[in-house]
Amino acid sequence: MERHRLVFSGSGGQGIITAAVILAEAAVLYENLIAVQTQSYGAEARGGATRSDVIISDSAIYFPKVIQPNILVCLTQEAYNKFNPIIRPGGLLITDTRYVKTYMKVDAQQRELPMYQTVMDNIGTSIVFNMCMLGALIGITDLVKSESIINVLKTSIPSDFLEINQKALDLGIKMGNAYK
Amino acid sequence: MNENLKFIQGNEFCVEAALYAGLDFYAGYPITPSTEILEHMAKRLPEIGGKFLQMEDEIASLCAIIGASLTGHKVMTATSGPGFSLMQEALGYAIMAEIPCVIVDVQRGGSSTGIPTHVGQGDVMQARWGTHGDHAIIVMTASNHQDVFAITVDAFNLAETYRTPVILLFDEVVGHMRERIFIPAKGEIPLVERLRTSVKKGVDFHPYLPREDGRLPISDFGEAHRYNVTGMVHDMWGFPSDNPKIAYGLVRHLVDKIENNTDKIARYKEYYLEDARTILISYGSAARSALHVVENRRSRGESLGLLELQTLWPFPYSLVQEKCADAKYVVVVEMNAGQVLQSVKICVDRPERVFLANRIDGVFITPTDIRNILRLIEGKGV
Repeated sequence: MERHRLVFSGSGGQGIITAAVILAEAAVLYENLIAVQTQSYGAEARGGATRSDVIISDSAIYFPKVIQPNILVCLTQEAYNKFNPIIRPGGLLITDTRYVKTYMKVDAQQRELPMYQTVMDNIGTSIVFNMCMLGALIGITDLVKSESIINVLKTSIPSDFLEINQKALDLGIKMGNAYK
Repeated sequence: MNENLKFIQGNEFCVEAALYAGLDFYAGYPITPSTEILEHMAKRLPEIGGKFLQMEDEIASLCAIIGASLTGHKVMTATSGPGFSLMQEALGYAIMAEIPCVIVDVQRGGSSTGIPTHVGQGDVMQARWGTHGDHAIIVMTASNHQDVFAITVDAFNLAETYRTPVILLFDEVVGHMRERIFIPAKGEIPLVERLRTSVKKGVDFHPYLPREDGRLPISDFGEAHRYNVTGMVHDMWGFPSDNPKIAYGLVRHLVDKIENNTDKIARYKEYYLEDARTILISYGSAARSALHVVENRRSRGESLGLLELQTLWPFPYSLVQEKCADAKYVVVVEMNAGQVLQSVKICVDRPERVFLANRIDGVFITPTDIRNILRLIEGKGV
């Protein structure tokens, strides 16, 4: 298997780290892969730039950070401005149309998706924005199966919120599949 | 799905290891990047009938676990550099009164309040000499979660064996990183239980009279025997003494019980050392970057090796000297201004061949940082 290096970036409170953890956990617990997840953030609980790195592989991972991601997700303009130059040539860049105005042509597949808008139109709350993003990501890349993600959700979030998370994931997958 | 397969943070895994070792009392005060240890303890201890206390500060936290340990419990507290500074007074007390306990310091970047959410390894010397006066101490570390588990259990075992505080010097990357791990089955790692006195109630008990093998049996405080515990120089009854002979004997005992067992306490891992021309020496999360470089260069046929130290104090001088005897270059990889570098230079045959690859800016050291130093040493320029 090719080694996947992902960087999720955005602002504190958007659920970036949660999404990264859920993806890596799905790969490890349900797909028998090896993964490492790290994060960097400021001292504040909300706001501030947030970044989470995930490496998924089938062989041992020593250095746990990502220098050049082949998948980069930017959910704020600040994150996009800061991280768009580090993408690996031939990689995949996912941004949200509501928050990010792209201005650079990068040597990568560039996908500007209306994830926030779709979640607001169909579900009406932004708390599951991150699940829609994760859905779009696996919709495009088939990195892990959606059932693996749902298995993790079942054990890690309160059952009252399972349905809207699953709905947001499905919306994302549908959006991502269009770019397969 | 395997029940024992987990994907959790190093901090949470440290808690699971402590519970595995038999911990049933925790007192602490939250501080980034160690807070998950406290949070997870608060959740897990009530589930198994243990006691969790959030204290008013770090000194109180260490004092609380010292008291609980004396009454027969396995105990731990966790903090980061700033809190560890505050604990030094009580740490000295625990060393002097010979009270088994485990203190986790999840290191952050910088000195003083530093950079709370970033990584550093600047507390190596503080762990050794932070508290005043002659003493010896056991300090251990790990670079991955499976080792965090083994080393944490080991820390409890050594604390009981030598009746001493043991410091677990983790760092932000190991503490916050999530990776795949298997929780060992019960019994897979042997546990050392408390050595209790066989002296019956009503018979004189000397709390500070070592057995012939140097070990010191405890009577659970508040149970069968009345005795004194103090931070002052004390006799075999535990009462303060200014007798030079007693003072000499006590200091020697406190230092020798650990330093004479350096070989037994040394934990390390080695990778490709047999024929290595250049040896990297590293520990904690920095060892992950070092191993990355070593595996990478080995696959290209270069003779690079790694000695990963898991016991930092007592420093395994003779081990390092022996392993590095045939190396042309030794490079110490760490995230401080050269704290382990000094110890390595003391013990190798040619200290002028020892170099430092480090970072002190709160950023995790990368394989490129190490490669740049290797290129400089080899005269290739950066």
